[in-house]
This record gives sequence, structure tokens and C-alpha cells, in this order.
Amino acid sequence: MAAYIARRLLWVVFLLFTITCITFVIFSVLPSGDPAVARAGRSPSPQLVEVIRVQLGLDKSKPEQFINYIGDILPFVGGNGIYLGFSYQNNTDVLPEILERLPVTIFLATGAVILWLSIGIPLGVLSAVKTGSALDRIAMGIALLFISAPVYFFGLVALYLFDDQIGIWPILPGNSAYGEADSLLGKAEALIMPWCVLAAAFAAIYARFLRGNLIDTLQEDYIRTARAKGLSERRVIFRHGVRAAITPIVTLLGLDIGILLGGAILTETVFNIPGIGRYAFNAITVSDLPVIQGTVLFGAFFIVMMSLIVDILYAFIDPRVRY
Amino acid sequence: MGAPLLEVENLKVHFETEDGLVKAVDGISYTVDRGQTLGIVGESGSGKSVSSLTVMGLTRSRNARISGTVRFNGKDLLGASEEDMRSIRGNDIAMIFQDPLSSLHPFYKVGAQIAEGVRAHRDVSKAQAWDRAVEMLSLVGIPEPRKRADAYPHEFSGGMRQRAMIAMALANDPKLLIADEPTTALDVTVQAQILELIERLQSEFDTAVVVITHDLGVVAEMADEISVMYAGRIVEKADTDTIFAAPEHPYTWGLLSSIPRLDASRDEELVPIPGRPPSLINLPGGCSFHPRCPYVREAHKKVDPKLEPVAGNPGHQSACLLDSSVRRKLWSELRTGVKPDEARADVMAAEEKAV
Repeated sequence: MAAYIARRLLWVVFLLFTITCITFVIFSVLPSGDPAVARAGRSPSPQLVEVIRVQLGLDKSKPEQFINYIGDILPFVGGNGIYLGFSYQNNTDVLPEILERLPVTIFLATGAVILWLSIGIPLGVLSAVKTGSALDRIAMGIALLFISAPVYFFGLVALYLFDDQIGIWPILPGNSAYGEADSLLGKAEALIMPWCVLAAAFAAIYARFLRGNLIDTLQEDYIRTARAKGLSERRVIFRHGVRAAITPIVTLLGLDIGILLGGAILTETVFNIPGIGRYAFNAITVSDLPVIQGTVLFGAFFIVMMSLIVDILYAFIDPRVRY
Repeated sequence: MGAPLLEVENLKVHFETEDGLVKAVDGISYTVDRGQTLGIVGESGSGKSVSSLTVMGLTRSRNARISGTVRFNGKDLLGASEEDMRSIRGNDIAMIFQDPLSSLHPFYKVGAQIAEGVRAHRDVSKAQAWDRAVEMLSLVGIPEPRKRADAYPHEFSGGMRQRAMIAMALANDPKLLIADEPTTALDVTVQAQILELIERLQSEFDTAVVVITHDLGVVAEMADEISVMYAGRIVEKADTDTIFAAPEHPYTWGLLSSIPRLDASRDEELVPIPGRPPSLINLPGGCSFHPRCPYVREAHKKVDPKLEPVAGNPGHQSACLLDSSVRRKLWSELRTGVKPDEARADVMAAEEKAV
């Protein structure tokens, strides 16, 4: 097991380096705004832009820029420590900015995960056990709706309906409320709508996924054996059916958590929540490469780490898996 | 002697599908006495598994239409509540299945799976149930049972898994064990061991056994009585010796000719039954075996044969339209190694001339 983990961690390093290269290449090759121009403010003189260009190191060749950046993300090499570079826009190191926003993103992600699991899993089980019933049809119909509606649409609809300032039924704090709230309770209240919007699509995906899995599992021979033993139907479904059908959910959940910790860009943007996703979105709009690089790398780190954790967890969940 | 342990009467299991009514089991009757072994033999799709799952109350499809009677110990099972059936399953009637790997839950230890069955029916502690599981594993011949109870199914070999399944089935000392193709998924050498084990435990526990198989060889040793099923019906039933020595149905002959025999010369070819089992939606008219029967006559395509006692042996029943004397002549030719076509020519040509 230890050797397996060590091997996987080496892969993590390699993967993160590759991702860094790809992000850099995409940013350099594909057309984007000139960071120096974006930094210089309204109608700058060419001289000012040139000065900024030199300050930011953008006058150097691309390979040289890349090596400088690598120096910024590797400890010991560049001498700058791991600050993931220096924001073109804000004159700040990137990593502290990300870490400052991390709790917000974690808060958002945790609430959403709890919400979608507590809706998606029971709904999936019920639909699988009562396949073809009215409940199954209605639940799966709504699920399809939620899966199909993108967050930026669904989020705006939610704001339109429930925002306490502009909503038809002004019952929930909406846009920007998180940043304005000063108590934990206030912040939680501000996240109710984002949690629901973020959780809706995931709950729908999980319910459908679990339903399909459980329907297949309930056809298995070992379910017939469980019934032949004279177990109660409840025990057959939960101890034997759900236990087996839910394992792939762990993979899904691990990756989804990893993705969300890297920032729920759409949700954070629609509701103006100051998390990592919003930070990344703002950076993209002003071509702030170090911030984009940093948030991408940070998100990638969570995803690869979560998939490693999932793989390790699997050895405990499924006795057939050994490393 | 009293009433038989299991009494199945005119059992029909039909499934309504989009393509039509599938008559998986179409009016079968049999009885099993305490301690007795019944073999149910037939090809895939002959309805043998469906009929026994129905006895257990495990035919769960919503489109199943079940009629007839199943009485166990005098109690009607088809009309029993789900709760009553649950208390009978795994307790009075236990079942083992074809593929022991897929029939055991991959995530639970073998001991836990056996103990779970014990606790479903007995008010015992977890430790007591575990001890019972270990005891059963030792009884079915698993070495180091206490250690093996702590292992997962994938850590067992195929034969060991089937032993564990048997241990699970017999843990509550059932009166009836239904073994559905218990050896089909196993190596030949292991097959014999498993059959021996079932026989030994049967006499130890005085359990009645229903063995379902497509392989007459499996039931030859252990069954007291054999029912041969074809297309959802029993076409011949008799005690085991009679089925092997004096079968009176062309389908049974076909089954017998298609298994190798030790007493036949080595270069003798096996004779397969031509054709395939019929669609259970559109059964052939008349005798449902007629499209594959080498001895078919025009009239057999119209008349549906009933299962009737064979002359001279009331315990032997056969559903064949051929005259009993013709059947006996045919069989006596076949058993000497004559091919069906030649036997037909020898026996029936003469017969037809006489008519």
C-alpha cells in the first residue's frame, strides 16, 4: 500500500507539471488580452504599457517566462518560495490570495455536498425500488430538468424568484450577500440559495446514477441469495443492494469534491461569492496569467489528490481491491 | 406415510410480455416426500428453474401470472403472505444456485453471510450465529473453518464457494433443499465432491432435496425419482432406475443418448437432439416436442399428449402419443447403439405397413 501511494504521489507531481505546461501554452498561444494593457488602466500611453511590460517580465521570450514561472511555483529553485507567482493585476502573491478565499469555497462546497447527498441518495434508492411508479417518473423527470439547466441559468432564475431585493418572493439573501454578511449565521443564510442551486444538478446526477446502479444490482444473483435466506426486503435492499450499488458513488463524489474545492466558478460568479472560483473568473477577464495558472494548479491539485484518496478508500470499501 | 412434504399441483407460471404470453411453466405437478430426492431434468428454458423459484416465492416479475397450488407441509405457499414466505425461505426451504461466486455477496465475509441467514430466523446473538457458521463450514468440509469464515468469497475456490453456499443453505436445518444446477459452474472433479457432500448431508439432516439440472449424470446417483421437463411441462416421470433402464419418451432417449456412457464402446458417437427448444410464446401445435422428434407422425402435430401412466408401471408416467409397445421396441433398438433414423425405419416402417 505504501509503495502504491508513493508511486501515485510521483504521478501527482508529474501531472501537475504537465498541467502547468498546458495552461501556459494555452495562455501564450491562444489570443487573450495583453496583460500589460489591462494593467495600465484607461487610455495608457505606449511608454507606460512598455514599462509595465518590462516590470511584469513580459518582454522576455516565452521560454524564459515559463522558466521564471516554474521558479515561482517550485520551492528552493527560484528563491521566491512557493507563492505561485505574482498577480499582474493586484501586485500580490497568488497563493496567499487563494488561501484566503479557500474557506469560502470549502464552506460552499461542504454545504452543497451534504445537501445533494441527502437528497440524491434517498431519491435514487426510492426510484430504483419503485421503478416505473409515479414517484420514480416524477423524480427522474425533475432530475432531467436540473441536469439540463446550467447553473448560470438556474442561478439567475433563483435570484429572479427569491432574491430579497429583486425577487418576486423576496425571502432569501441573494447576490453579494455573502461578502456583506458579518456573522457566520448570516454567511450561512447567504449561501442557502447558492447551495441549493449548486446541489440541484449534482443531486439529480447522483439520484439517476444510483437508481441505475441499484436497479442493476438488484438483478444480481447475490440479491436472489439474500432473499432466499429469508431476509427482510428492507435488509435485502439496504445491506445487500445499496451497499454494493453505492460504491461507484464514492468515485464520483471524490472527483466532484475535488472539482468544487478548486472553485465553483459559475455559482460563485452568479451569486458574487468571494471564493476561488470568483478569483479565477476575475483573473480570466483581465488576462492575469499567474492567477489563472495558480487557480488551475490549485484545482488540479485537489482533483488528483481526491482521486488518490478515492482509490485508497476503495481498498477499504471493496474487499476485492488490493494494492 | 401422511401427506408429502412438498406438493406441487398443476403449477403454471406465465409471463406477460410485449411479444406475447410466455408459458414458462405450464401445468406441472410433482411431490417430494421427507428425505427423498427428486431430480428435475431439462434443457435451458424448459421451466425447471422458474418452477422452483416459484415454490420459494421468488418469482418477482410484476408480469408473472402464477396459478395452481404449492403445498409445503400442508400449508399453501402461493397464497401465503410475504411475511410468511420470508419465514419459510432459508428456514424450512433453502436453495443453492448455479454460480456460487455471483451468488455470494462480494463485500461480506463468508461467515457473516452464513450468520446473517441464521439470525434472520433464530433469536441468537451475533457470536452464536458466527459459531454456527463456523460449525457449518466445518460440516461441509472446509478446512480451518474458523479462519475461512473470516475470508471473503473471492478468496475461496469455486468448489469451496459452493460448499459455503451449501453451508449457508443448511445452517437453519431446512426440511427441503432446492439445488438449482449446483454443479454446472464447477470442474468435473469438484462436481462429484459437491454431489457427494449434498448426499451425505441429506442423510445426516434428513432433508428432502430437489435437484434441478440439465445433466442426467448429476441425478443418476442421487435422485430417487426423476421428472423430465420439456417446454414448461413434465413429459416423463419415474423412479431413477426406470428413467435410465426403460425410458418411454423420445426426449428422454435423446437426453440419454447425448451423454457419454462408460459401458459403450469408445468409438460410439454421441447422438445430439436435433433442433432447439421451442419458443415458449408460440409452442408448436400438438405435442410440443414434435418438431424435434425423429418418430413424429402426422397426428402428433394436432393432439396434445397428456402425462399418463405407462402400462404395467403406475409409478412411471409419460406424455407421448406413440403406442407403448412401439416405444419399447424403439428403446430396445436405441440402447444397443442403433441411430434414431435406423430405429425408426426398423420399428415404425413395419408398424406403418401393418396399419
